[in-house]
Amino acid sequence: MLHETHEARPVETLTRVPYWVFQTAETYRQEQERIFQGPSWHYLALEVELPGPGDFRTTRIGDTPVVVTRDNDGEIYAFENRCAHRGALICLDSHGKGKKDFSCVYHAWTYDRQGNLRGIAFKDGVKGKGGMPDSFRMEDHGPRKLRIAILHGLIFGSFSEEVPPIEEYLGDEISSRIERVLGGRKPVVLGRVTQVLPNNWKLYMENVKDSYHASILHLFFTTFELNRLSQKGAIIVDESGGHHVSYSAIDTSAQKDVEYAKQQLRSESQYKLADPSLLQGFDEYHDGVTLQILSVFPTFVLQQIQNAIAVRQIVPRAIDKTDLNWTYLGFADDTPEQRLTRLKQNNLVGPAGYISMEDGCVGGFVQRGIAGASEQEAILEMGGSGAQSSESRVTEASVRGFWKAYRSQMGM
Amino acid sequence: MTDSVYQMIARAQAEYARCIDDDRLEDWPDHFHGSCVYKITTAANHREGLEGAIIFANSKGMLRDRVSALRDANIYERQSYRHILGQPSILHESGGEVRSETSFLVARIVQDGDTDIFATGRYLDLYKIEQGKVRLNERIVVCDSSRIDTLMALPL
Repeated sequence: MLHETHEARPVETLTRVPYWVFQTAETYRQEQERIFQGPSWHYLALEVELPGPGDFRTTRIGDTPVVVTRDNDGEIYAFENRCAHRGALICLDSHGKGKKDFSCVYHAWTYDRQGNLRGIAFKDGVKGKGGMPDSFRMEDHGPRKLRIAILHGLIFGSFSEEVPPIEEYLGDEISSRIERVLGGRKPVVLGRVTQVLPNNWKLYMENVKDSYHASILHLFFTTFELNRLSQKGAIIVDESGGHHVSYSAIDTSAQKDVEYAKQQLRSESQYKLADPSLLQGFDEYHDGVTLQILSVFPTFVLQQIQNAIAVRQIVPRAIDKTDLNWTYLGFADDTPEQRLTRLKQNNLVGPAGYISMEDGCVGGFVQRGIAGASEQEAILEMGGSGAQSSESRVTEASVRGFWKAYRSQMGM
Repeated sequence: MTDSVYQMIARAQAEYARCIDDDRLEDWPDHFHGSCVYKITTAANHREGLEGAIIFANSKGMLRDRVSALRDANIYERQSYRHILGQPSILHESGGEVRSETSFLVARIVQDGDTDIFATGRYLDLYKIEQGKVRLNERIVVCDSSRIDTLMALPL
Protein backbone atom coordinates (compact mmCIF):
# COMPACT_ATOMS: atom_id res chain seq x y z
CA MET A 1 0.00 0.00 0.00
CA LEU A 2 1.51 3.33 -1.04
CA HIS A 3 0.40 6.56 0.53
CA GLU A 4 0.65 10.16 -0.50
CA THR A 5 1.75 11.50 2.86
CA HIS A 6 2.01 10.59 6.48
CA GLU A 7 1.95 12.81 9.48
CA ALA A 8 5.47 12.49 10.76
CA ARG A 9 5.89 12.14 14.47
CA PRO A 10 9.24 12.30 16.14
CA VAL A 11 10.82 8.96 16.98
CA GLU A 12 13.39 9.31 19.67
CA THR A 13 15.27 6.04 19.31
CA LEU A 14 17.28 4.48 16.48
CA THR A 15 15.82 1.11 17.46
CA ARG A 16 12.49 1.77 15.77
CA VAL A 17 11.77 2.49 12.10
CA PRO A 18 8.21 3.42 11.21
CA TYR A 19 7.05 1.60 8.09
CA TRP A 20 5.60 4.69 6.44
CA VAL A 21 9.14 5.79 5.52
CA PHE A 22 9.09 3.00 2.93
CA GLN A 23 5.64 3.91 1.68
CA THR A 24 4.88 7.58 1.28
CA ALA A 25 5.26 9.76 -1.78
CA GLU A 26 6.10 12.70 0.46
CA THR A 27 9.08 10.86 1.95
CA TYR A 28 10.27 9.91 -1.54
CA ARG A 29 10.05 13.54 -2.68
CA GLN A 30 11.90 14.81 0.37
CA GLU A 31 14.65 12.22 -0.13
CA GLN A 32 15.20 13.45 -3.67
CA GLU A 33 15.66 16.97 -2.38
CA ARG A 34 17.47 16.42 0.90
CA ILE A 35 19.55 13.33 0.20
CA PHE A 36 19.99 12.85 -3.54
CA GLN A 37 20.37 16.54 -4.28
CA GLY A 38 21.58 17.25 -0.76
CA PRO A 39 24.98 17.10 0.95
CA SER A 40 25.90 13.52 0.02
CA TRP A 41 28.37 11.91 -2.36
CA HIS A 42 26.91 9.58 -4.97
CA TYR A 43 28.82 6.98 -6.93
CA LEU A 44 28.67 7.72 -10.67
CA ALA A 45 31.17 5.49 -12.48
CA LEU A 46 34.70 4.14 -12.43
CA GLU A 47 37.56 6.22 -13.78
CA VAL A 48 38.62 3.30 -15.99
CA GLU A 49 35.24 3.42 -17.69
CA LEU A 50 36.18 6.85 -19.09
CA PRO A 51 39.78 6.37 -20.22
CA GLY A 52 39.98 9.08 -22.90
CA PRO A 53 38.74 12.59 -23.68
CA GLY A 54 35.10 12.60 -24.71
CA ASP A 55 34.36 9.21 -23.15
CA PHE A 56 31.11 9.35 -21.25
CA ARG A 57 28.55 7.39 -19.31
CA THR A 58 25.04 8.34 -18.29
CA THR A 59 23.67 7.42 -14.90
CA ARG A 60 21.33 8.75 -12.22
CA ILE A 61 21.51 10.29 -8.81
CA GLY A 62 18.16 9.36 -7.41
CA ASP A 63 15.65 10.43 -10.05
CA THR A 64 18.02 12.90 -11.68
CA PRO A 65 19.74 11.82 -14.90
CA VAL A 66 23.44 12.67 -15.07
CA VAL A 67 26.18 12.64 -17.73
CA VAL A 68 29.75 11.84 -16.61
CA THR A 69 32.57 12.73 -19.01
CA ARG A 70 36.28 13.24 -19.35
CA ASP A 71 37.56 16.37 -21.06
CA ASN A 72 40.83 17.15 -22.85
CA ASP A 73 42.40 18.30 -19.60
CA GLY A 74 42.08 14.72 -18.34
CA GLU A 75 39.62 15.76 -15.63
CA ILE A 76 36.26 14.14 -14.95
CA TYR A 77 33.13 16.29 -15.18
CA ALA A 78 29.47 15.57 -14.57
CA PHE A 79 26.34 17.52 -15.28
CA GLU A 80 22.64 17.02 -15.23
CA ASN A 81 21.38 15.26 -18.35
CA ARG A 82 18.78 17.93 -19.01
CA CYS A 83 18.81 20.50 -21.75
CA ALA A 84 18.66 24.07 -20.47
CA HIS A 85 16.17 24.90 -23.20
CA ARG A 86 13.11 22.69 -22.74
CA GLY A 87 14.36 19.97 -20.45
CA ALA A 88 14.93 17.05 -22.81
CA LEU A 89 17.71 14.54 -22.18
CA ILE A 90 20.92 15.88 -23.69
CA CYS A 91 22.50 12.45 -24.08
CA LEU A 92 20.46 9.38 -24.96
CA ASP A 93 23.22 6.76 -25.00
CA SER A 94 24.26 4.84 -21.91
CA HIS A 95 27.92 5.25 -22.80
CA GLY A 96 30.26 6.17 -25.62
CA LYS A 97 33.76 7.20 -26.60
CA GLY A 98 35.46 10.31 -27.93
CA LYS A 99 32.38 12.50 -28.08
CA LYS A 100 33.25 16.07 -29.05
CA ASP A 101 30.15 17.68 -27.62
CA PHE A 102 26.63 16.85 -26.53
CA SER A 103 23.81 18.10 -28.69
CA CYS A 104 20.18 17.91 -27.66
CA VAL A 105 18.18 16.17 -30.39
CA TYR A 106 15.15 18.39 -29.85
CA HIS A 107 16.51 21.78 -31.00
CA ALA A 108 20.27 21.11 -31.24
CA TRP A 109 21.30 23.17 -28.26
CA THR A 110 24.87 22.01 -27.83
CA TYR A 111 27.03 21.56 -24.75
CA ASP A 112 30.74 21.00 -24.32
CA ARG A 113 32.14 18.11 -22.27
CA GLN A 114 31.91 20.15 -19.12
CA GLY A 115 28.23 20.88 -19.57
CA ASN A 116 28.59 24.50 -20.77
CA LEU A 117 26.06 25.67 -23.33
CA ARG A 118 28.09 26.43 -26.49
CA GLY A 119 25.62 26.59 -29.33
CA ILE A 120 21.97 27.25 -30.14
CA ALA A 121 20.53 26.35 -33.53
CA PHE A 122 19.36 29.44 -35.44
CA LYS A 123 20.43 31.61 -32.51
CA ASP A 124 20.60 34.64 -34.80
CA GLY A 125 17.50 33.69 -36.72
CA VAL A 126 17.20 33.16 -40.46
CA LYS A 127 17.70 36.07 -42.86
CA GLY A 128 17.64 38.50 -40.00
CA LYS A 129 14.30 37.30 -38.72
CA GLY A 130 13.53 35.30 -35.59
CA GLY A 131 16.30 34.00 -33.35
CA MET A 132 17.06 34.53 -29.69
CA PRO A 133 16.96 38.04 -28.23
CA ASP A 134 20.32 39.80 -27.86
CA SER A 135 19.83 39.79 -24.12
CA PHE A 136 20.07 36.01 -23.97
CA ARG A 137 23.48 34.99 -22.64
CA MET A 138 24.43 31.34 -23.15
CA GLU A 139 26.76 31.39 -20.13
CA ASP A 140 23.78 32.06 -17.86
CA HIS A 141 22.08 28.84 -18.90
CA GLY A 142 23.01 25.22 -18.66
CA PRO A 143 22.31 21.99 -16.82
CA ARG A 144 23.39 21.93 -13.21
CA LYS A 145 27.01 20.86 -12.78
CA LEU A 146 28.11 18.42 -10.15
CA ARG A 147 31.04 18.53 -7.81
CA ILE A 148 33.30 15.57 -8.46
CA ALA A 149 35.46 13.57 -6.09
CA ILE A 150 37.64 10.65 -7.13
CA LEU A 151 38.78 8.09 -4.63
CA HIS A 152 40.88 5.09 -5.71
CA GLY A 153 39.33 5.16 -9.16
CA LEU A 154 35.74 5.59 -7.95
CA ILE A 155 34.00 8.70 -9.27
CA PHE A 156 31.56 10.32 -6.88
CA GLY A 157 29.39 13.34 -7.65
CA SER A 158 27.29 15.74 -5.63
CA PHE A 159 24.84 18.52 -6.38
CA SER A 160 25.71 20.12 -3.07
CA GLU A 161 28.23 22.87 -2.42
CA GLU A 162 28.11 22.07 1.29
CA VAL A 163 29.15 18.43 1.20
CA PRO A 164 32.60 18.02 2.80
CA PRO A 165 35.52 16.61 0.77
CA ILE A 166 35.15 12.88 0.21
CA GLU A 167 37.94 11.84 2.61
CA GLU A 168 36.34 13.88 5.37
CA TYR A 169 32.87 12.63 4.43
CA LEU A 170 34.01 9.02 4.76
CA GLY A 171 36.52 9.27 7.58
CA ASP A 172 39.88 7.48 7.73
CA GLU A 173 38.62 4.04 8.60
CA ILE A 174 36.19 3.77 5.70
CA SER A 175 38.63 5.38 3.24
CA SER A 176 41.39 2.98 4.19
CA ARG A 177 39.04 0.03 3.65
CA ILE A 178 38.30 1.28 0.12
CA GLU A 179 42.01 1.66 -0.42
CA ARG A 180 42.52 -1.92 0.76
CA VAL A 181 40.47 -3.21 -2.18
CA LEU A 182 41.21 -0.70 -4.93
CA GLY A 183 44.26 1.34 -3.89
CA GLY A 184 47.04 1.50 -6.48
CA ARG A 185 45.33 -1.05 -8.72
CA LYS A 186 43.78 -0.72 -12.14
CA PRO A 187 40.34 -2.31 -12.17
CA VAL A 188 38.89 -3.94 -15.27
CA VAL A 189 35.13 -4.13 -15.79
CA LEU A 190 34.19 -7.79 -16.27
CA GLY A 191 30.47 -7.21 -16.74
CA ARG A 192 27.41 -5.26 -15.73
CA VAL A 193 23.86 -6.14 -14.89
CA THR A 194 20.91 -4.41 -13.27
CA GLN A 195 18.75 -6.18 -10.73
CA VAL A 196 15.34 -4.57 -10.44
CA LEU A 197 14.24 -4.79 -6.82
CA PRO A 198 10.54 -4.71 -5.93
CA ASN A 199 11.07 -2.52 -2.88
CA ASN A 200 12.00 0.87 -1.52
CA TRP A 201 15.72 1.68 -1.87
CA LYS A 202 16.24 1.94 1.89
CA LEU A 203 15.23 -1.68 2.39
CA TYR A 204 18.16 -2.70 0.22
CA MET A 205 20.58 -0.43 2.09
CA GLU A 206 19.35 -1.87 5.39
CA ASN A 207 19.98 -5.33 4.02
CA VAL A 208 23.53 -4.45 2.93
CA LYS A 209 24.31 -3.14 6.40
CA ASP A 210 22.70 -6.03 8.19
CA SER A 211 25.45 -8.41 9.27
CA TYR A 212 22.94 -10.25 11.45
CA HIS A 213 21.00 -11.73 8.51
CA ALA A 214 23.93 -12.79 6.32
CA SER A 215 24.57 -16.21 7.72
CA ILE A 216 20.89 -16.91 8.46
CA LEU A 217 19.17 -16.05 5.20
CA HIS A 218 22.09 -17.09 3.01
CA LEU A 219 22.63 -20.76 3.62
CA PHE A 220 25.21 -21.05 0.90
CA PHE A 221 27.47 -18.54 2.63
CA THR A 222 27.26 -20.23 5.98
CA THR A 223 27.61 -23.84 4.97
CA PHE A 224 30.90 -23.21 3.21
CA GLU A 225 32.21 -21.07 6.05
CA LEU A 226 32.54 -18.03 3.87
CA ASN A 227 30.81 -16.17 6.65
CA ARG A 228 29.66 -17.21 10.04
CA LEU A 229 28.82 -14.87 12.82
CA SER A 230 31.18 -16.87 15.00
CA GLN A 231 34.03 -16.19 12.58
CA LYS A 232 36.64 -13.59 13.34
CA GLY A 233 35.40 -10.26 12.08
CA ALA A 234 33.92 -6.92 13.01
CA ILE A 235 31.70 -4.03 12.07
CA ILE A 236 33.02 -0.55 11.50
CA VAL A 237 30.52 2.31 11.59
CA ASP A 238 31.75 5.83 10.90
CA GLU A 239 30.88 8.83 13.05
CA SER A 240 27.92 9.91 10.88
CA GLY A 241 26.55 6.39 11.02
CA GLY A 242 25.98 6.37 7.27
CA HIS A 243 29.03 4.42 6.14
CA HIS A 244 30.00 0.98 7.28
CA VAL A 245 32.31 -1.95 6.78
CA SER A 246 31.53 -5.50 7.77
CA TYR A 247 34.39 -7.94 7.42
CA SER A 248 35.27 -11.43 8.41
CA ALA A 249 38.30 -13.64 8.25
CA ILE A 250 38.74 -17.37 8.21
CA ASP A 251 39.73 -18.35 11.71
CA THR A 252 41.80 -21.47 11.26
CA SER A 253 41.63 -22.29 14.95
CA ALA A 254 37.82 -22.12 14.98
CA GLN A 255 36.10 -24.80 16.98
CA LYS A 256 33.06 -26.71 15.86
CA ASP A 257 30.25 -24.25 15.77
CA VAL A 258 28.06 -25.06 18.72
CA GLU A 259 26.24 -21.73 18.53
CA TYR A 260 24.81 -22.53 15.12
CA ALA A 261 23.78 -26.01 16.16
CA LYS A 262 21.96 -24.55 19.17
CA GLN A 263 19.90 -22.19 17.00
CA GLN A 264 18.81 -25.04 14.75
CA LEU A 265 19.17 -22.84 11.71
CA ARG A 266 18.75 -24.13 8.22
CA SER A 267 22.42 -23.43 7.78
CA GLU A 268 23.46 -26.70 9.41
CA SER A 269 22.37 -28.89 6.52
CA GLN A 270 24.83 -31.22 4.81
CA TYR A 271 25.27 -29.44 1.53
CA LYS A 272 28.34 -30.25 -0.53
CA LEU A 273 29.59 -28.96 -3.85
CA ALA A 274 30.16 -31.31 -6.78
CA ASP A 275 32.70 -28.83 -8.15
CA PRO A 276 34.39 -27.11 -5.21
CA SER A 277 36.68 -25.13 -7.55
CA LEU A 278 34.08 -22.37 -7.21
CA LEU A 279 35.41 -21.55 -3.78
CA GLN A 280 39.10 -22.13 -4.43
CA GLY A 281 40.29 -18.56 -4.54
CA PHE A 282 43.71 -16.98 -4.31
CA ASP A 283 45.14 -14.87 -1.53
CA GLU A 284 44.67 -11.39 -2.88
CA TYR A 285 44.96 -9.15 0.15
CA HIS A 286 47.27 -11.10 2.46
CA ASP A 287 45.30 -10.18 5.56
CA GLY A 288 43.08 -13.23 5.90
CA VAL A 289 39.93 -11.19 5.27
CA THR A 290 37.73 -13.20 2.95
CA LEU A 291 34.73 -10.92 3.05
CA GLN A 292 34.46 -7.17 3.20
CA ILE A 293 31.21 -5.38 2.50
CA LEU A 294 31.52 -1.62 2.56
CA SER A 295 28.78 0.95 2.11
CA VAL A 296 28.90 4.69 1.56
CA PHE A 297 25.81 6.70 2.43
CA PRO A 298 23.42 6.82 0.80
CA THR A 299 23.66 4.35 -2.08
CA PHE A 300 27.08 2.83 -2.78
CA VAL A 301 28.48 -0.59 -1.97
CA LEU A 302 31.97 -1.99 -2.54
CA GLN A 303 32.15 -5.74 -2.21
CA GLN A 304 34.98 -8.21 -1.74
CA ILE A 305 33.76 -11.76 -1.30
CA GLN A 306 36.87 -13.86 -1.65
CA ASN A 307 38.00 -12.82 -5.15
CA ALA A 308 34.61 -11.60 -6.34
CA ILE A 309 34.99 -7.84 -6.44
CA ALA A 310 32.09 -5.60 -7.42
CA VAL A 311 30.67 -2.16 -6.99
CA ARG A 312 26.95 -1.77 -6.55
CA GLN A 313 25.06 1.44 -7.21
CA ILE A 314 21.55 1.77 -5.82
CA VAL A 315 19.12 3.99 -7.74
CA PRO A 316 15.56 4.53 -6.53
CA ARG A 317 13.07 4.39 -9.40
CA ALA A 318 9.81 4.68 -7.49
CA ILE A 319 8.64 4.34 -3.90
CA ASP A 320 8.62 0.56 -4.23
CA LYS A 321 11.07 0.01 -7.08
CA THR A 322 14.86 0.19 -7.01
CA ASP A 323 17.61 -0.45 -9.54
CA LEU A 324 20.62 -2.28 -8.21
CA ASN A 325 23.45 -1.79 -10.72
CA TRP A 326 26.20 -4.37 -10.43
CA THR A 327 29.62 -3.80 -11.97
CA TYR A 328 31.83 -6.88 -11.65
CA LEU A 329 35.53 -6.13 -11.45
CA GLY A 330 38.84 -7.78 -12.04
CA PHE A 331 42.22 -6.11 -12.19
CA ALA A 332 44.51 -5.39 -15.13
CA ASP A 333 47.29 -7.56 -13.72
CA ASP A 334 45.11 -10.66 -13.18
CA THR A 335 46.60 -13.87 -14.53
CA PRO A 336 44.24 -15.95 -16.72
CA GLU A 337 43.78 -18.33 -13.77
CA GLN A 338 42.90 -15.46 -11.45
CA ARG A 339 40.46 -14.08 -13.99
CA LEU A 340 38.77 -17.47 -14.27
CA THR A 341 38.51 -17.63 -10.49
CA ARG A 342 36.71 -14.26 -10.47
CA LEU A 343 34.32 -15.40 -13.21
CA LYS A 344 33.49 -18.47 -11.18
CA GLN A 345 33.11 -16.60 -7.92
CA ASN A 346 30.79 -14.07 -9.55
CA ASN A 347 28.29 -16.93 -9.29
CA LEU A 348 28.09 -15.95 -5.63
CA VAL A 349 26.72 -12.49 -6.38
CA GLY A 350 24.37 -10.66 -8.71
CA PRO A 351 20.76 -11.50 -9.61
CA ALA A 352 21.51 -15.25 -9.69
CA GLY A 353 24.11 -15.17 -6.93
CA TYR A 354 24.25 -18.09 -4.55
CA ILE A 355 24.56 -15.65 -1.69
CA SER A 356 22.82 -12.60 -3.06
CA MET A 357 19.69 -13.75 -4.85
CA GLU A 358 17.81 -13.76 -1.55
CA ASP A 359 18.64 -10.09 -1.08
CA GLY A 360 16.79 -9.45 -4.32
CA CYS A 361 13.55 -10.80 -2.95
CA VAL A 362 13.69 -10.18 0.79
CA GLY A 363 13.16 -6.42 0.43
CA GLY A 364 10.03 -7.21 -1.55
CA PHE A 365 8.87 -9.52 1.23
CA VAL A 366 9.15 -6.56 3.63
CA GLN A 367 7.51 -4.14 1.21
CA ARG A 368 4.58 -6.54 0.85
CA GLY A 369 4.53 -7.47 4.51
CA ILE A 370 4.20 -3.91 5.75
CA ALA A 371 1.34 -2.98 3.42
CA GLY A 372 -1.42 -1.83 5.72
CA ALA A 373 0.94 -1.35 8.66
CA SER A 374 2.20 2.20 8.15
CA GLU A 375 1.78 2.93 11.84
CA GLN A 376 3.81 -0.07 12.94
CA GLU A 377 7.56 -0.08 13.40
CA ALA A 378 10.52 -2.32 12.69
CA ILE A 379 12.63 -3.37 15.69
CA LEU A 380 16.38 -2.82 15.59
CA GLU A 381 17.63 -3.84 19.02
CA MET A 382 20.13 -6.54 18.14
CA GLY A 383 23.39 -5.46 19.80
CA GLY A 384 21.81 -2.59 21.74
CA SER A 385 20.64 0.82 20.65
CA GLY A 386 23.80 2.55 19.48
CA ALA A 387 25.42 2.91 16.08
CA GLN A 388 29.04 2.28 16.94
CA SER A 389 31.68 -0.07 15.62
CA SER A 390 31.50 -3.49 17.13
CA GLU A 391 33.59 -6.62 17.37
CA SER A 392 30.45 -8.68 17.22
CA ARG A 393 28.54 -9.00 14.01
CA VAL A 394 25.46 -10.18 15.89
CA THR A 395 24.33 -6.59 15.85
CA GLU A 396 22.21 -4.17 13.90
CA ALA A 397 24.54 -1.28 14.74
CA SER A 398 25.27 -0.38 11.13
CA VAL A 399 21.56 -0.51 10.23
CA ARG A 400 20.91 1.91 13.08
CA GLY A 401 23.81 3.94 11.71
CA PHE A 402 22.04 4.23 8.37
CA TRP A 403 18.97 5.64 10.11
CA LYS A 404 21.09 8.00 12.16
CA ALA A 405 22.58 9.51 8.99
CA TYR A 406 19.22 9.38 7.22
CA ARG A 407 17.43 11.29 9.97
CA SER A 408 20.17 13.84 10.11
CA GLN A 409 19.97 14.56 6.37
CA MET A 410 16.19 14.46 6.29
CA GLY A 411 15.93 16.78 9.28
CA MET A 412 13.77 14.27 11.13
CA MET B 1 22.05 -34.91 -43.62
CA THR B 2 21.44 -31.23 -42.85
CA ASP B 3 17.79 -31.96 -42.37
CA SER B 4 18.50 -34.65 -39.88
CA VAL B 5 20.98 -32.50 -37.92
CA TYR B 6 18.41 -29.74 -37.86
CA GLN B 7 15.83 -32.15 -36.51
CA MET B 8 18.21 -33.48 -33.90
CA ILE B 9 19.03 -29.97 -32.67
CA ALA B 10 15.38 -28.95 -32.68
CA ARG B 11 14.47 -32.04 -30.66
CA ALA B 12 17.29 -31.42 -28.18
CA GLN B 13 16.15 -27.81 -27.72
CA ALA B 14 12.57 -28.87 -27.11
CA GLU B 15 13.67 -31.45 -24.53
CA TYR B 16 15.92 -28.90 -22.80
CA ALA B 17 13.05 -26.43 -22.46
CA ARG B 18 10.61 -29.08 -21.23
CA CYS B 19 13.11 -30.26 -18.66
CA ILE B 20 13.29 -26.82 -17.03
CA ASP B 21 9.62 -25.94 -17.49
CA ASP B 22 8.53 -29.29 -16.00
CA ASP B 23 10.75 -28.71 -12.96
CA ARG B 24 13.01 -31.68 -13.72
CA LEU B 25 16.09 -29.61 -12.92
CA GLU B 26 18.04 -32.67 -11.82
CA ASP B 27 18.01 -33.79 -15.47
CA TRP B 28 19.10 -30.41 -16.76
CA PRO B 29 22.90 -30.99 -16.51
CA ASP B 30 22.53 -34.12 -18.66
CA HIS B 31 21.88 -31.92 -21.64
CA PHE B 32 25.57 -31.00 -21.44
CA HIS B 33 28.79 -32.91 -21.96
CA GLY B 34 31.04 -33.39 -18.92
CA SER B 35 33.35 -30.61 -19.99
CA CYS B 36 31.11 -27.75 -20.96
CA VAL B 37 30.47 -24.04 -20.68
CA TYR B 38 27.14 -22.61 -19.64
CA LYS B 39 26.85 -18.89 -19.28
CA ILE B 40 24.05 -16.37 -18.95
CA THR B 41 24.97 -12.85 -19.93
CA THR B 42 23.40 -9.70 -21.34
CA ALA B 43 23.44 -8.45 -24.92
CA ALA B 44 25.31 -5.33 -23.77
CA ASN B 45 28.09 -7.38 -22.13
CA HIS B 46 28.23 -9.73 -25.08
CA ARG B 47 28.47 -6.85 -27.55
CA GLU B 48 31.28 -5.24 -25.56
CA GLY B 49 33.14 -8.52 -25.26
CA LEU B 50 32.88 -8.50 -21.45
CA GLU B 51 33.35 -11.99 -20.08
CA GLY B 52 31.57 -11.52 -16.75
CA ALA B 53 28.28 -13.36 -16.48
CA ILE B 54 25.14 -13.65 -14.40
CA ILE B 55 25.70 -17.41 -14.24
CA PHE B 56 28.95 -19.07 -15.29
CA ALA B 57 29.78 -22.77 -15.23
CA ASN B 58 32.61 -24.61 -16.92
CA SER B 59 31.85 -28.09 -15.67
CA LYS B 60 28.87 -30.35 -15.38
CA GLY B 61 29.58 -30.39 -11.64
CA MET B 62 28.94 -26.67 -11.46
CA LEU B 63 25.58 -27.21 -13.19
CA ARG B 64 24.70 -29.88 -10.64
CA ASP B 65 25.72 -27.49 -7.86
CA ARG B 66 23.41 -24.85 -9.28
CA VAL B 67 20.53 -27.31 -9.03
CA SER B 68 21.34 -28.48 -5.51
CA ALA B 69 21.71 -24.86 -4.36
CA LEU B 70 18.27 -24.10 -5.79
CA ARG B 71 16.82 -27.17 -4.13
CA ASP B 72 18.56 -27.02 -0.76
CA ALA B 73 20.13 -23.65 -0.11
CA ASN B 74 18.60 -20.68 -1.88
CA ILE B 75 15.42 -18.95 -0.79
CA TYR B 76 13.06 -17.66 -3.43
CA GLU B 77 9.36 -17.75 -4.08
CA ARG B 78 8.11 -20.84 -5.84
CA GLN B 79 8.19 -20.11 -9.55
CA SER B 80 8.18 -21.72 -12.93
CA TYR B 81 9.17 -20.81 -16.47
CA ARG B 82 7.57 -21.35 -19.83
CA HIS B 83 10.16 -21.37 -22.61
CA ILE B 84 8.98 -20.47 -26.09
CA LEU B 85 11.77 -21.23 -28.55
CA GLY B 86 12.28 -20.07 -32.10
CA GLN B 87 13.51 -22.33 -34.86
CA PRO B 88 17.22 -23.09 -34.51
CA SER B 89 19.48 -21.55 -37.15
CA ILE B 90 22.30 -23.95 -37.95
CA LEU B 91 25.34 -21.70 -38.40
CA HIS B 92 28.10 -24.22 -38.86
CA GLU B 93 28.46 -27.96 -38.92
CA SER B 94 31.50 -30.21 -39.10
CA GLY B 95 32.63 -33.51 -37.65
CA GLY B 96 29.64 -33.92 -35.39
CA GLU B 97 29.96 -30.37 -34.03
CA VAL B 98 27.13 -27.99 -34.73
CA ARG B 99 26.94 -24.29 -34.01
CA SER B 100 23.45 -22.93 -33.80
CA GLU B 101 21.53 -19.90 -32.66
CA THR B 102 17.99 -20.01 -31.31
CA SER B 103 15.82 -17.22 -30.00
CA PHE B 104 13.84 -17.68 -26.82
CA LEU B 105 11.15 -16.03 -24.79
CA VAL B 106 10.75 -17.08 -21.18
CA ALA B 107 7.66 -16.24 -19.17
CA ARG B 108 7.90 -16.53 -15.39
CA ILE B 109 5.02 -17.51 -13.18
CA VAL B 110 5.68 -16.68 -9.52
CA GLN B 111 3.73 -18.78 -7.06
CA ASP B 112 0.39 -19.18 -8.77
CA GLY B 113 0.27 -15.52 -9.68
CA ASP B 114 0.91 -13.30 -12.65
CA THR B 115 2.63 -14.51 -15.77
CA ASP B 116 5.29 -12.01 -16.84
CA ILE B 117 7.81 -11.98 -19.63
CA PHE B 118 10.98 -12.61 -17.67
CA ALA B 119 13.57 -12.74 -20.42
CA THR B 120 14.01 -12.74 -24.15
CA GLY B 121 17.23 -13.47 -25.98
CA ARG B 122 19.12 -16.10 -27.88
CA TYR B 123 21.03 -19.27 -27.23
CA LEU B 124 24.44 -19.38 -28.88
CA ASP B 125 25.13 -23.09 -28.86
CA LEU B 126 27.82 -25.54 -29.70
CA TYR B 127 26.37 -29.04 -29.87
CA LYS B 128 28.36 -32.20 -30.16
CA ILE B 129 26.66 -35.26 -31.60
CA GLU B 130 28.09 -38.52 -30.32
CA GLN B 131 26.58 -41.92 -31.08
CA GLY B 132 23.33 -40.31 -32.08
CA LYS B 133 23.12 -38.32 -28.82
CA VAL B 134 23.00 -34.57 -29.02
CA ARG B 135 24.56 -32.71 -26.11
CA LEU B 136 25.78 -29.20 -25.52
CA ASN B 137 29.46 -28.40 -25.32
CA GLU B 138 28.64 -24.78 -24.85
CA ARG B 139 25.54 -22.68 -24.34
CA ILE B 140 25.86 -18.91 -24.08
CA VAL B 141 22.51 -17.44 -23.11
CA VAL B 142 22.43 -13.84 -24.25
CA CYS B 143 19.55 -11.92 -22.66
CA ASP B 144 18.37 -8.96 -24.72
CA SER B 145 17.94 -6.72 -21.69
CA SER B 146 20.43 -5.86 -18.95
CA ARG B 147 17.63 -5.68 -16.40
CA ILE B 148 16.66 -8.74 -14.40
CA ASP B 149 13.49 -8.54 -12.35
CA THR B 150 14.03 -9.39 -8.66
CA LEU B 151 16.26 -12.44 -9.08
CA MET B 152 17.17 -15.21 -11.46
CA ALA B 153 16.77 -18.55 -9.76
CA LEU B 154 15.99 -21.16 -12.41
CA PRO B 155 18.33 -21.52 -15.38
CA LEU B 156 17.32 -20.27 -18.82
